[in-house]
Amino acid sequence: MARTLAEKVWDLHLVRSGKKGGQSGDEPDLLYIDLHLVHEVTSPQAFDGLRLAGRPVRRPDLTLATEDHNVPTKDVELPISDPVSRTQVETLRRNCAEFGVPLYPMNHAEQGIVHVVGPQLGLTQPGTTVVCGDSHTSTHGAFGAMAFGIGTSEVEHVLATQTLPLRRFKTMSITVNSADGTLRPGVTSKDVVLAIIAQIGTGGGQGYVLEYRGNVIENLSMEARMTICNMSIEAGARAGMIAPDDTTFAYLQGRDRAPKGTQWDEAVAAWRELRSDDDAVFDAEVQIDGDTLTPFVTWGTNPGQGLPLGERVPDPAQIVDENARVSAEKALTYMGLTAGMPLREVAVDTVFVGSCTNGRIEDLRAAADVIKGRTVADGVRMLVVPGSMRVRFQAEDEGLDDVFTAAGAEWRSAGCSMCLGMNPDQLAPGERAASTSNRNFEGRQGKGGRTHLVSPLVAAATAVRGTLSSPEDLL
Amino acid sequence: MDAFSTHTGIGVPLRRSNVDTDQIIPAVYLKRVTRTGFEDGLFSAWRNDPSFVLNQEPFDRGSVLVAGSDFGTGSSREHAVWALMNYGFRVVISSRFADIFRGNSAKAGLLAAEVAQPDVELLWKLLENQPGTEITVDLTEKTVQAADLTVPFEIDDYTRWRLLEGLDDIGLTLRHEADVTAFEAARPARLPVTT
Repeated sequence: MARTLAEKVWDLHLVRSGKKGGQSGDEPDLLYIDLHLVHEVTSPQAFDGLRLAGRPVRRPDLTLATEDHNVPTKDVELPISDPVSRTQVETLRRNCAEFGVPLYPMNHAEQGIVHVVGPQLGLTQPGTTVVCGDSHTSTHGAFGAMAFGIGTSEVEHVLATQTLPLRRFKTMSITVNSADGTLRPGVTSKDVVLAIIAQIGTGGGQGYVLEYRGNVIENLSMEARMTICNMSIEAGARAGMIAPDDTTFAYLQGRDRAPKGTQWDEAVAAWRELRSDDDAVFDAEVQIDGDTLTPFVTWGTNPGQGLPLGERVPDPAQIVDENARVSAEKALTYMGLTAGMPLREVAVDTVFVGSCTNGRIEDLRAAADVIKGRTVADGVRMLVVPGSMRVRFQAEDEGLDDVFTAAGAEWRSAGCSMCLGMNPDQLAPGERAASTSNRNFEGRQGKGGRTHLVSPLVAAATAVRGTLSSPEDLL
Repeated sequence: MDAFSTHTGIGVPLRRSNVDTDQIIPAVYLKRVTRTGFEDGLFSAWRNDPSFVLNQEPFDRGSVLVAGSDFGTGSSREHAVWALMNYGFRVVISSRFADIFRGNSAKAGLLAAEVAQPDVELLWKLLENQPGTEITVDLTEKTVQAADLTVPFEIDDYTRWRLLEGLDDIGLTLRHEADVTAFEAARPARLPVTT
């Protein structure tokens, strides 16, 4: 029977099919997990659970921990000043030592955001299952992996058994085509995914695995693909996937944990089978016209509340659906915006470039290209936070740090940083940011902070002009 | 996990859709290394507002939250479920839950009851007109009852059975450990390791 990519990966990991019917209802399937990424925030209670039950970590060799959410991004050689954050990080270190889990701690050359670290080491591979106690685990789907976020009880379950009981997801294809397979100048994969979420809504992908396809997707780099899959969760989907192809194989070849020698050839042969069959049926299909896409920004307090940068702040009175109207009214009040205002006139206080969405080397290069030879506008602070130490060192080798600091931006060390403000990198109440991160929820970047989600290109142009802008506004 | 069959408690109307996990508990409150004590972070931004429902008698003693659609979107933090439970909630009612939140609820023993939006509206009106009205949620019958209103709710049969029995997932999986070992023996050698 014809199968989608997601169904093929599922079937490859089926330890046991759930029994159907009976008084307990349909059992879930039991799925094997190839890679379990761990960080300090969602794991302490899981390790506690293991200790209480006297259970070991079944496969420490398929588990990897990094410190990312709490870590400061400056003065990183000093102890963490917030005692509660420090305790959480120290708890991870103790747990990893006790249970034999490999860990990349602060200041280690491989430390960074889990979703940047896995791919750059070559651990994230096509056709694998990847989980982490973090919803942006969907990032790894860019390699044709089935990757999704889990809660702490599930973290404990995977630590103990290397499996998860799961119910099959429905499948949705999202096809992005353009006449020649490219996007307009200044349009990035971030704009593509923001446009997708605006179209299908924050609940539109609920219960589905999304598969992104079409000529626009095929022409994207691996890092650009990761940005799209990363934000699948913002459309309500636990996972997003892209079929692996030569771009994927070229990215992986030679990486530390990628197969070598004959195993490489064997792997590539297997990976080439990982695509949806031509006659496979999806439960839902969405089409996106890549030729019409322009730089996209959010105006509200969920990632579905976005519009092209050339538009105006919407008027809630024009919204027919009552729920959406009430939600828009609340969003505008929180965001301090007036209906009808051109988005290009929205002035920001802070620009944040970083996160698991847009904290990779290509993102930093794109932002640096725009800001090179220009300066950050008066009254605006710009933070550039690489997604990992590797990204940081590579950027420094390329001189990108000098480009940013010469423009007046702050160059920091690796971590989640202002994406969620668990460390000191936060917005003050009422402060407004253009941010390359993934969530514009109320208070996400600091209590009372206001977030506009943007691409790295828009972030850099906004830093220069002080209002939401794209690079073409600088010409 | 404690078994769940029925629960009766004061209903709390939360007229908001898209209540994301950063609203339920902001990231700065996620730094504890225990499963308890998260109630201080529950809806922390909104609780500064005296008119917020949980700042009002008798809703501050509520244990059944009746929320708008797409409850629990965003992050995978199970702390959102713990914060609700630490505060005293045993049931959340909504017309649609985010997947990860619903899964986390089932693991931690919070009942996420899916009720059709028109019925949610009826419950909201009832709770607003008669503050302090108790809601009884019956997991065996899959019903929500308040005053003379009784409406059905949806939950998958397997989760319902696990909650009714109070079963631990890890224990259930370990019954199949031989299957896991057999699967591991057949995994290709080329797959990556972290050590």
